[in-house]
Amino acid sequence: MKPITRRNLIRTGVIAATGAAGLTAAARIAQRYGLIPPDHGGLYGPGETLTYASQRLLTKHSLAREFPRHMISKSPFANPTIPPGSAPKPHQVTGFSDWRLEVNGMVAHPASFSLSDLKALPFRSQITEVACEEGWSYIAEWIGTPLIEVLNAVGVLPQARYVVYNSIQQDWWDSIDMADALHPQTFLAWGMNDGDLPPSFGGPLRMRIPRQLGYKSVKFITRLTVTDSMKHFGKGLGSAAPEGGYAWYAGI
Amino acid sequence: MASAANPETPRHSALVRVTHWLTLIAFLALLITGVEILISHPRFYWGETGNVNTAPLFTIPIPSSRDTVPTGYKTVLPDQNGWSRYLHFQSAWLIVITGLVYVIAILWSGHLRKDLLPEHSQRTWRAYREVLTSYLRRAPPQDSEAHTYNVAQRSAYLSVIFILFPLVILTGLALSPAFNSAVPFVVNALGGRQSARTLHFFVSGALLLFLIVHVAMVIHAGFTSRVRAMITGRAVESHESEKVEERT
Repeated sequence: MKPITRRNLIRTGVIAATGAAGLTAAARIAQRYGLIPPDHGGLYGPGETLTYASQRLLTKHSLAREFPRHMISKSPFANPTIPPGSAPKPHQVTGFSDWRLEVNGMVAHPASFSLSDLKALPFRSQITEVACEEGWSYIAEWIGTPLIEVLNAVGVLPQARYVVYNSIQQDWWDSIDMADALHPQTFLAWGMNDGDLPPSFGGPLRMRIPRQLGYKSVKFITRLTVTDSMKHFGKGLGSAAPEGGYAWYAGI
Repeated sequence: MASAANPETPRHSALVRVTHWLTLIAFLALLITGVEILISHPRFYWGETGNVNTAPLFTIPIPSSRDTVPTGYKTVLPDQNGWSRYLHFQSAWLIVITGLVYVIAILWSGHLRKDLLPEHSQRTWRAYREVLTSYLRRAPPQDSEAHTYNVAQRSAYLSVIFILFPLVILTGLALSPAFNSAVPFVVNALGGRQSARTLHFFVSGALLLFLIVHVAMVIHAGFTSRVRAMITGRAVESHESEKVEERT
């Protein structure tokens, strides 16, 4: 052990102060550039923040892998248990003709879209993989309206930071940051493999976010809310997933 | 003798000791949470995709924590994936940062060159054979072996540090859809998402095998003295400590 001298005390003090200042500065920069996830608190907050921040920086302009048509899975699997951690039976989805998607929050023109309104916007298709956090996966072609088209139609206000999306299942809702909301592969999907999106796969309307695990691609979407803070949604953790013990960010 | 005044001779540097125990903590957390995550889908596939509607490469004959997986068991285990996934990735960060610090430090200090790369005289099949024969005879280790590694130990440690750990990290990263969007090369080179998952399982198994053999060898060499050396950094040689006792 080194003896405690004035020099050692001063040196330790300077190192500790520099470290603390550095951490504070890092936290401020991370907050400013949107590198802190809503579920950053608690025991697993440090790991979750590192994962989200590093993947946000790494995936700034990246596109999820798209596959050739012959790789589309012959027998995709539709998970009947939608929210991880609980197993409510999905609602009997009927009457697609009167399905509405409400868009509100920090937008210039709140609106309500019918399915045909959505299909009248520019739409695209992608052949991407659904990867479940449990370990299984399948590839399908998804046809839908990119979320950015809907957001452009209603006019997102500049302070927007998250898009919250609700399912017909009251207790199942989620959110994504603007990087994912404006990403060209983030779809409101209404078609699958050249047909309508079947109810077992989330029809008539589901979210598709191929750069995140399957549980972010919530089925039966009825409402979008644009917001600058997740504080007043549920317990403020960003989605129903952290309330059930799962991470808000599911890039891994 | 110098050791009579100070019977304890330096064994492990502080850096090696701290990174050793941090790695153990992180590895055990990764192992436990990895098994918990595996239980939610104890089936393995090869290629890009795989699910309960496709033929598995093999299955682990255990119940699942999901009722959608046909396991042959009526039992459905409780879902532990939420906290397991949070802890798995937090521990992965810990082991990656610890590993980077360790590798940079052993390159810098010369520990890698002096103690881990096989010495010139050890780079022969005969050296391997001698070590393995003495293990098979279960000969007690000589005191000098408390201060150096034989060629089998060096090979095992180098394989774990420079082959198994990088592989387990890469196969794990290849399961991240976000990482794959930025660096598609890794998952494609591994043969697809499901191949990467299967390889992640086997590499983890190889690391577990190393842990078991490592602990068995530590017990064989003298559990208390070796663990003590890894905690305090000092090795006490058996006959030296006896001498000290005689004197006191």
